[in-house]
Amino acid sequence: MSTELQLPRAARIFISFVALLRANGFAVAPEQTTAFLAAIELLGPRDLRDIRQSALATLAPPPERRATFDRLFDLHFRGGEAIEHADDGEDDETVRLQEEGRGDEEPLLSDEANESGLTATRTEALVERRFAQLSTSDPLRRLAREAPRRLPRRRGHRRMRARRGPFADLRRTLRDSVRSDGEILRLGHLKRRQRPRKILLLIDVSGSMKSRTEENMKLAHVLVQAAPNAEVFTFGTRLTRVTRALRLKRREQALSAAAHLVSDWDGGTRIGDALQAFLAVPRFGGYARGAAVVIVSDGLERGELDALRDAVAKLSWRAWRLSWLTPLATGPGFRPQTEALVAIERFVDDLVDGGSSASIVAHVLALGRRAA
Amino acid sequence: MAVRSNIVGIDSPEALEKALRAAYYLADEGLATAAYLGLALGKPLLLEGAPGVGKTEAAKAIAAVLGRQLIRLQCYEGIDASAALYEWNYPRQMLAIRQAGDDSIDIYGETFLIERPMLAALRAPDSTVLLIDEIDRADQEFEAFLLEFLSDFQISIPERGTVRAAERPVVVLTSNRTRDLHEALRRRCVYHWIDYPTAEREARIIMMRASSVAEATARAVVAAVEKLRREPLSKAPGIAEAVDWAEAATLLNKGGARWPDAFKRSIGVALKDEEDLHFVAPRLDAMLAEATA
Repeated sequence: MSTELQLPRAARIFISFVALLRANGFAVAPEQTTAFLAAIELLGPRDLRDIRQSALATLAPPPERRATFDRLFDLHFRGGEAIEHADDGEDDETVRLQEEGRGDEEPLLSDEANESGLTATRTEALVERRFAQLSTSDPLRRLAREAPRRLPRRRGHRRMRARRGPFADLRRTLRDSVRSDGEILRLGHLKRRQRPRKILLLIDVSGSMKSRTEENMKLAHVLVQAAPNAEVFTFGTRLTRVTRALRLKRREQALSAAAHLVSDWDGGTRIGDALQAFLAVPRFGGYARGAAVVIVSDGLERGELDALRDAVAKLSWRAWRLSWLTPLATGPGFRPQTEALVAIERFVDDLVDGGSSASIVAHVLALGRRAA
Repeated sequence: MAVRSNIVGIDSPEALEKALRAAYYLADEGLATAAYLGLALGKPLLLEGAPGVGKTEAAKAIAAVLGRQLIRLQCYEGIDASAALYEWNYPRQMLAIRQAGDDSIDIYGETFLIERPMLAALRAPDSTVLLIDEIDRADQEFEAFLLEFLSDFQISIPERGTVRAAERPVVVLTSNRTRDLHEALRRRCVYHWIDYPTAEREARIIMMRASSVAEATARAVVAAVEKLRREPLSKAPGIAEAVDWAEAATLLNKGGARWPDAFKRSIGVALKDEEDLHFVAPRLDAMLAEATA
């Protein structure tokens, strides 16, 4: 029995545009499609600009994917000849920002879109890395187990009921007093709720850290799973936010999603530029404010030292605590030797061993015990 | 599609753009369309963009165009229902209980209710515009609570029952995008990302806002500000800063300072961060000379 609703012919092209967006990884809810159609009806539309504006206003593409959205729009409504491919010349000397959401990729066309919405062509032929499947090691299990209660916390602004506390709970006290004819027999209290502090993990994935990269990514996955407000970025010659990929629960899935995002595995290191790029995006820079910032890197810098020093100083002013974990720091008596580590030493709160998962986990779990 | 009564007389994005201009707000095509759709479809308008691109100003201008009062709810971390919706006046309730003695008294009556912005907007949807400012600062619990408000436009007060808006109020939300907003929130709104204006538009905004500023000055400020926005600064100058800078430099110039120097001496109104000032200092002379050329 077919009770399929017949769409007006004119509406089909708009509905199929929504389908194309979805196939390219844009989240569009049915109510947005309805609003899109209503907007088009409302505006006329008089020309293609109205349709584009309606689509932007109602389908709400995230700003970092606006370019892909525009390309898909042109493909769908204006045909292939309207598309100009931006010349995407790869320059190893500049650090590029990579946001999640596959912003840099070629859009899928309607025909192939239905076959597999998840596979995507990459315009960049950079290194793609696969992680071997290994069992969870002991330090990581320890991190997963202990993180919820041992990661740093701070006092939030929301209040909760408490037996004792600095604020009077007038609402509850009043309710109680009604029962006793206005007599206050017991004063309710409120205290400020403890909130987990933000954690920002910046992982060096350059060639010199190659042997540690896989373990570090696994650790990042465990951390993101255990701490809902952790943010993770990788850097080498690029800066990539991988938090969203690491939120996938299954580790193999999460790591392969992250591996797909990051395209500068095992390359050079331009820490200063990567950190500057991080700070230049207000949204990213905000992740560092008041956060426990943990940088895992050997500090073998190929870029300019001034840029590095400046970026680390800025990070340190924003962060609640800035830790630099390097495999080079092996003992308590460690003194930095490389120029980069010497340059940043005075801005970091800790410069300690980051050569094994056990030492990183121990440091991260100890952060909460330090005085704020 | 029936056009809502709240925009009687404004029948297209262009008409709204014109009305906004009369309220001293220069909106581009995208913003005018999004605002028009929001008003006509009865959906909240969500404006995102870098700090200082004029999101809050847009809300104020929309309120002016509609001839309504703007109720502003500034979000902050930890904001909760009692700050956004309503609060009981506890001392008065307590006093009333004491004074009532054996008489019965409704301590949850209207006289004890302190109205907060969201309740005020619900109860007077025809005469107000509700601005929920910097929603990205509020935590996720508040965002979830807001979702409920924006879908049904109703609020339940346990002691009194549900307050429902007779008509959907006009709601404008702004976000600086310091964190990702929940998809569900974006979905319920008409969305617009406000970019920095084009040089032409920004120069016009400066001249409209600061009538003492000459066109050449406005253009020079716009050129300099555009360069500054390309630098990795912790706080890039917004439109308000550009207006202030043009005004301050004009003032200094009238007081006898020569041109590039007048700009340089008043840079403090454009860049308000010591780190940023320090960062651009070595290149500032060249930058200003180029902008005033």
